[in-house]
Amino acid sequence: MRSDPTQFALTAPASLQAVLAQLAQNPGTHIPIAGGTELMVALAAGRLPRHSFLSISHLPELRFIRITPDAIHLGANTTFTDIRRNPTIAADLPLLTLAASWTGSIANQNRATLGGNLCNASPAADTPPALLVYDATVTLISSGAAPGEIVQRTLPYRDFYLAYKSTVLRPDELLHTITIPRAYSVHRHFLRKVGTRNAQAISKTALAALALVSESPATTSDSPSTTPCARHIQTIRLAAASLADRPIRLYATEAALQNASLAPAHLDATLRRARAAFATEAHPIDDIRSTARYRTAVAANLLEDFLRSLTT
Amino acid sequence: MTTIHLTVNNQPHTLTVPPMKRLLDLLREDLSLTGTKEACGEGECGACAILLDTGSGPELVNSCLIPALQADNATLTTIEGLAPDAALHPIQQSFLQAGGAQCGICTPGMILATHHLLTQHPNPTEAQIREGLSGNLCRCTGYMRIFESIRQAATETAR
Ligand SMILES: Cc1cc2nc3c(=O)[nH]c(=O)nc-3n(C[C@H](O)[C@H](O)[C@H](O)COP(=O)(O)OP(=O)(O)OC[C@H]3O[C@@H](n4cnc5c(N)ncnc54)[C@H](O)[C@@H]3O)c2cc1C
Ligand code: FES
Ligand code: FES
Repeated sequence: MRSDPTQFALTAPASLQAVLAQLAQNPGTHIPIAGGTELMVALAAGRLPRHSFLSISHLPELRFIRITPDAIHLGANTTFTDIRRNPTIAADLPLLTLAASWTGSIANQNRATLGGNLCNASPAADTPPALLVYDATVTLISSGAAPGEIVQRTLPYRDFYLAYKSTVLRPDELLHTITIPRAYSVHRHFLRKVGTRNAQAISKTALAALALVSESPATTSDSPSTTPCARHIQTIRLAAASLADRPIRLYATEAALQNASLAPAHLDATLRRARAAFATEAHPIDDIRSTARYRTAVAANLLEDFLRSLTT
Repeated sequence: MTTIHLTVNNQPHTLTVPPMKRLLDLLREDLSLTGTKEACGEGECGACAILLDTGSGPELVNSCLIPALQADNATLTTIEGLAPDAALHPIQQSFLQAGGAQCGICTPGMILATHHLLTQHPNPTEAQIREGLSGNLCRCTGYMRIFESIRQAATETAR
């Protein structure tokens, strides 16, 4: 049953400080609402837990794309359309542009924010795998002791999630900035989403990958299948959606592939080691969108596709 | 209840409404603009699409997912306001000519999505048409006549 809108409070405090002050006053009483494309669906379904909302969508302090020589800084209210229209993001972080283009229809992308996608903490969301392989950091803000003072803390985005639909955000905190290094111009970028259909489908699983391939001698090789002068993986980062209760980096698979050979004679061994490591850290579930077996099998195939693509 | 100011189809309005009331219901109930339709009520179908300008230009949005308060001080265009006078907008004309509308429930959203598409891409490719309309579902036409309407509208507005 749809909820009755008269039962909900919603205000739009005039400034970021005012929002933070209200969040701090009675932590847990108010929920921030940005583009509303998650919360309004929950409202329609009658499953909104709390009844008081603070709109943050009108705050210019949260909607910005700042480009510096070393990094791209995205305000939490950056919409998927803002991301798709930015040529520097398309050039430097193609996986983010691609993920943004998948997040529902154009009408949805015009409202939906990057901050909302991360804070909603769905294990199936589209932008987290890309941000995980790009090693993003997140800056969280809250009210300080002095009136109007804003305190912030910055942490690696890979440490943002605690469990299913749970993040490190305290009830008095807002996500303010997502920062991504501009360090991947010579890397290979890969992102594949498998859903029921192309348009507007939540993923069954998705894999993002970033790797640096080298032909020069490997420096710290202790793996038997590595031939020093042959083509090999110098660095690799892997992240996935819907393989666990939250978006995850695949650290064990990454470790297994560090300095792994891509030479034709060793490729099968590399793929075997990758699949074995992957099996230890993929823990998907059965749900309405897919089964655990399907998810594991498909994601492992995506991983193999990526690794094979590195041989040329 | 909260008092909000907004401009709809060039008409300024001041309304006192529950702040979480859906913009869709505000348009249909408080302003009697029933051209904006409701089908899914959860952002999947585009029947409730309108153009909303909150300061950075008009964007296509689904009004069933927007609380009334978030349209405070905004400028909106609904299907009723697309053609400035009694005549049809060229996009409406092309939907009429190419048979892009049958029962008509999806049509206001289809036409506003087309308007948004042609603003971004005056000469859209087939892929751009399909992506631009991917958030609009139709149970009647089978989409081919809608795509044809959009191609005609693009030719018409390019003239
Ligand atoms: C039809 C449809 C299709 C969709 N398809 C996809 C898809 O394919 N892939 C996908 O990933 N998502 C999809 N979504 C989900 C949704 O659009 C995204 O998750 C979106 O990014 C949410 O952002 P928002 O601003 O609209 O969130 P809101 O609904 O405003 O907020 C979501 C959550 O984040 C919190 N929050 C928002 N901003 C902040 C902040 N700055 N600090 C702290 N907490 C905050 C809110 O309190 C809330 O809990 C779809 C949604 C719809 C309706
Ligand atoms: S009624 Fe709003 S998208 Fe379907
Ligand atoms: S014309 Fe009937 S739903 Fe499209």
